[in-house]
Amino acid sequence: MAGAKKGLVLLDFWVSPFGQRCRIALAEKGIPYEYSEQELLGAKSDLLLRSNPVHKKIPVLLHDGRPVCESLVILNYLEEAFPDASPKLLPADDAYARAQARFWAAYSDKVYEVGTRLWKLKGEPQAQARAEIVQVLRNLDGELGERSFFGGEAFGFVDVALVPFVPWLPSYERYGEFSVEGIAPRLAAWARRCAERDSVAKSFHPPEKVDEFINLLKKTYGIE
Amino acid sequence: MSPPVKIIGHYASPYSHRVEMALQLKGVPYELIQEDLSNKSELLLAKNPVHKKVPVLLHGDLAICESLVIVEYIDEAFDGPSILPADPYDRAMARFWTNFIDTKFSQPIWLAYWSEGEAQKAVVKETKENLALLEAQLNGKRFFGGDTPGYLDIAACMLGPWIGVLEEVTGVTLVNGNEFPALCQWAKEYSSSEALEPCHPDRDRLVAYFTENKEKYKMMAKTMLQQ
Repeated sequence: MAGAKKGLVLLDFWVSPFGQRCRIALAEKGIPYEYSEQELLGAKSDLLLRSNPVHKKIPVLLHDGRPVCESLVILNYLEEAFPDASPKLLPADDAYARAQARFWAAYSDKVYEVGTRLWKLKGEPQAQARAEIVQVLRNLDGELGERSFFGGEAFGFVDVALVPFVPWLPSYERYGEFSVEGIAPRLAAWARRCAERDSVAKSFHPPEKVDEFINLLKKTYGIE
Repeated sequence: MSPPVKIIGHYASPYSHRVEMALQLKGVPYELIQEDLSNKSELLLAKNPVHKKVPVLLHGDLAICESLVIVEYIDEAFDGPSILPADPYDRAMARFWTNFIDTKFSQPIWLAYWSEGEAQKAVVKETKENLALLEAQLNGKRFFGGDTPGYLDIAACMLGPWIGVLEEVTGVTLVNGNEFPALCQWAKEYSSSEALEPCHPDRDRLVAYFTENKEKYKMMAKTMLQQ
């Protein structure tokens, strides 16, 4: 692409867990990139609108000017476009293990999707969201089992996909009146384990900041 | 001998059909287990405890769920023509557009067919915008994948056999030849494709199914749009 900036640029937003997935993967693999904080609550940049005309959302990874959109698409792209970067987040020769990783990475989106309903809604719909998120966390806890990571011994694709939602859990716990430790203790231990990783710690914001952001969104949407 | 391949699926589900298409393109023989969605089997609940939905691919002892995950698995686990493109950026584009179909496209078009009145207008508008995006992706090609069907063609299969059926049963026309000539041509290529012919759904059976479930779907659409 003529005149396009060489290398990687990540269009992102500080608190976005979807953006964090990309930051964590890039950090784990030691792939250099330029971070570009985007204005989302005000006017979106021309670059963002041109790069993701369909969804107008971050994250967007620009590789020599060519946009890749959708966080899990970006994670797959990093695996495939940088085959020499290690670690591999997906198991190399096991099609079934790869399928399981893709299934659970996609499933992890539900934490955010249902969590959002939890703070947005009231009454019966909120109660339903609470029941759903408890089930989601239980399912994830069950899938993790006694392993250190969803990737087995090593931090992998599902871990990267899921871990950015960890700072949101204290808010969800409050809105939903449940405790992750209580309903999904193995997942709680996993969250603590992941937080010790450099790539994760460096991209995380404290739960108080996340909670502040939720309050800001509530104000924006006119929710009490 | 290779482990047996089975699909727990449903003849009226485009998601189930995606899996059949992928196996067909790879030349992998399979058995289709028809699920009664109103009375889900022990097998389905055991093999897909998280979502309890069709399709599920059974490959020997392995169970894989979620149609697009299954299609990628099929591409990797079996020899034969590639379903996803080779180049990483092209693969990213294919995955982006299949994700678009599942997260942005499918629900509005379904609602557009089954809803009525004022509520229908908004979803029709959204659907036409989405159809225009897919129309542009064809860009003069026979298939989204190029000369032969690929990942996005499989994901978009609803735009093939199902559209004609839904338009007949509901009386709603969305994918017309004036606004979407490339998509209409694609549907023809799809239905005359020799490679996909063995797994083409039975049109009369689809018409019967959607006619039988018309009132149910209309109620569901009404409820969803009220939220």
